[in-house]
Amino acid sequence: MTSLPHVDPPAFPPPYPSAAPRFAPGDAVRVATGHAPGHIRTPWYLRGRVGRVERICGDFANPEELAFHRSGLPPRALYRVRFTMKEIWGERAERGEDTLDAEIFEHWLEAAEG
Amino acid sequence: MTRHMSESDSDRSPDAAGRSWHDMGGLPAGGINPAEHDFALWEKRVDALQVLCATKGLYTVDGLRRALEEMGPQAFESMTYYERWISAVTKNLLETGVFTTEELNARMEAVAARGATYGDASIEGASPEGET
Repeated sequence: MTSLPHVDPPAFPPPYPSAAPRFAPGDAVRVATGHAPGHIRTPWYLRGRVGRVERICGDFANPEELAFHRSGLPPRALYRVRFTMKEIWGERAERGEDTLDAEIFEHWLEAAEG
Repeated sequence: MTRHMSESDSDRSPDAAGRSWHDMGGLPAGGINPAEHDFALWEKRVDALQVLCATKGLYTVDGLRRALEEMGPQAFESMTYYERWISAVTKNLLETGVFTTEELNARMEAVAARGATYGDASIEGASPEGET
């Protein structure tokens, strides 16, 4: 059973443009559980966790490609995703209703129930 | 709830397959040393070099981070912060062909020939006229 946070969508557009974002603020998303080596900016402790999109940050070159001197194009949509501490740490969370925001690229996210 | 107790705790262990050593969020950690210190001149030069190279588009911060991650945890025991930085910068510049290993070797030999005290130079000891 997942624990999802409350999200108020921002009252302003993304600070950087996003051509065709797949998700919108408020959408429930699950972080992928990829194990590939390389330069990955999606923290291990969030993989497989479900949160809500808090905002769209904009489109950016993929850092996983930039790290190896490639273009990272086409740009990928970057989202700020909000998780509850209960969702991340389970019963070990000191205050399960507290939340954590992390910026995660679209190719690490899939639609989730919620 | 069962998900947290079963799969999550095992696949989140420090030695979980696929977890890179640097991706340590949530793992037990020691105390933080809050002591501050001044930077040596060579450290400031490393900082300037890194900003200059990134501004010129020779690599991105992602390339630097990748190089740091590839060093492995032992580098974080044996090298200082700016030693790791210049190592990562050097690796990226070699990868992008800014200079060759042969050229770098020759340059390092030339700098070493200046003597062991060359690296002790400080801003206090430098005269503006001498910068030309």
